Amino acid sequence: MTISLPGLLSQLLLGLVNGSFYAILSLGLAVIFGLLNVINFAHGALFMLGAVLTWMAMNYLGIGYWWMLLLAPLAVGIVGVLIERLLLRWIYKLDHLYGLLLTLGLTLLIEGVFRSVYGVSGLPYDAPDLLADSTDLGFMVLPNYRAWVVVASLLVCLATWFVIEKTRLGAYLRAGTENPRLVEAFGINVPLMITLTYAFGVALAAFAGVLAAPVIQVSPLMGQNLIIVVFAVVVIGGMGSIMGSILTGLGLGVIEGFTKVFYPEASSTVVFVIMVIVLLIRPAGLFGKEK
Amino acid sequence: MNKKSIGYGLLLLALLAAPFLGAYPVFVMKLMCFALFASAFNLLLGYTGLLSFGHAAFLGGSAYVAGHVIKVWGLTPELGLLAGTLTGAALGWLFGVLAIRRQGIYFAMITLALAQMLFFVCLQAHFTGGEDGLQGVPRGRLFGLLDLENDLAMYYVALAVVTAAFLLIVRTIHSPFGQVLKAIKENEPRAISLGYDTQRFKLLAFVLSAALSGLAGSLKTLVLGFASLSDVHWTASGQVILMTLVGGLGTLSGPLLGSAVVVMLENKIGEIGHALAGLTGIDWFSTLGESVTMVTGFIFVVCVLAFRRGIMGEIIALEDRWRAGGARH
Repeated sequence: MTISLPGLLSQLLLGLVNGSFYAILSLGLAVIFGLLNVINFAHGALFMLGAVLTWMAMNYLGIGYWWMLLLAPLAVGIVGVLIERLLLRWIYKLDHLYGLLLTLGLTLLIEGVFRSVYGVSGLPYDAPDLLADSTDLGFMVLPNYRAWVVVASLLVCLATWFVIEKTRLGAYLRAGTENPRLVEAFGINVPLMITLTYAFGVALAAFAGVLAAPVIQVSPLMGQNLIIVVFAVVVIGGMGSIMGSILTGLGLGVIEGFTKVFYPEASSTVVFVIMVIVLLIRPAGLFGKEK
Repeated sequence: MNKKSIGYGLLLLALLAAPFLGAYPVFVMKLMCFALFASAFNLLLGYTGLLSFGHAAFLGGSAYVAGHVIKVWGLTPELGLLAGTLTGAALGWLFGVLAIRRQGIYFAMITLALAQMLFFVCLQAHFTGGEDGLQGVPRGRLFGLLDLENDLAMYYVALAVVTAAFLLIVRTIHSPFGQVLKAIKENEPRAISLGYDTQRFKLLAFVLSAALSGLAGSLKTLVLGFASLSDVHWTASGQVILMTLVGGLGTLSGPLLGSAVVVMLENKIGEIGHALAGLTGIDWFSTLGESVTMVTGFIFVVCVLAFRRGIMGEIIALEDRWRAGGARH
């Protein structure tokens, strides 16, 4: 078996692209879980919604990629507000598992609707003209779009980290995660904060969906398998730390990329194998603290 | 004889007579397999408080092993069922040991991830037949004597197996072991402080539930003659949660009823859609047949928001209220 350097590097880049999606999605899951105590199974479906909306805007309205990078998260964020206000609000006092079941139902509902319209085959979406080319770096040919996905994802992740860890708004959020009643007693509107947190979390998922549209086939089922891998990522990293989610997501993407080069048969299971190893060695997760 | 035993007696009588009353035996057998699957799942969620999101692995994994043992190794059907049940138990032990290391919501995520791993293994392994599944599994002769290719013979064997497994579940729930499981569900720290090794109890419950799910899966292979990827897919795990939820969490009869409702609904959804379209004059309803997932999702949402006790749970609650009202007068 011979492995060429350019081949290795291009798989590494592809791994980083997937890792960026893992990072954004697990980040959103962690932020939502921190404040709502709900594991948002619908995250994958809302990621898909972001991508499908991008495709629909292009095909029906002629609205291009760059506008959708802004509009799709906004639209999905509004959907998130509705979901939180109309549905999730009623189950906070119940056992955790009902949150998972409710969002599972939502997933099936959303995916079912799009499946009945578009079927399960992929909808082609081209990268925007500006990024359609590749750059020759000498040692490898770098597809511009993939590089853009990694850079944009990292920027969004770091911005989220900055807002949550370093600003006053983030301080409220972290305080709300620890003790919502006390924060409410200080005059902060916690229910509003919860709604906006959920909306923000799912908007992140939609942003990842838009980024994914030109690299992963857009289809109603594109979020389904992804969300389960992201669950494994969350188990590996633990949901305690924002930076932990980002690093775990990217790291696992890279490991997956390398597995595709050295042992392709295992590339779809490697993340789960790592989860098993982490559970055996460090049950609380790499960055987690057991509650 | 109390009211409950009369109810179960009537159900058993109806099942015994069903083939002669015009019911299609293969369909009723499929219902029974899912009823067993849901009851085994309920042992875990309803009586131990553990939400496993990976039960498809036990149903589907055992279905493949049973099919392989019968078709390729040419063993008799009872050995196939045994092999499937043992596969379920072994997988259950493996999943359990790993998942019990984390609590609550992580438990569900870990079981889901492990089941997804098994799905990919089944997708790639040669003996499962990949996308095509394992086709043409013969039913063979039970103990080398009774020819199961006869639907009626198969029907009564399946009924006996499912009834025995259901009685085992009932016995488990009412045993001292089952009482400890309930204690763990209600208050795990308290159960620990009473001196119970709760991890061991949870693991045992998990293995038992997985083994019975494995029995359901292998019986399904024997009845239908094939094992396919859809049994290991995570949607099958979701389906069994829905069955249990619709019927009533933590009630014995709930999963039986819930599985019947869900399987019937999936089979008849097209007809229901057409009927609704006729009734309301909205054409859109007649397309429901193609969107089972959408309807399933809708029922999930409604159940979680407004109907958490499930059908049997509501009936029991009504009965309690009526009894309490009667006592006052």
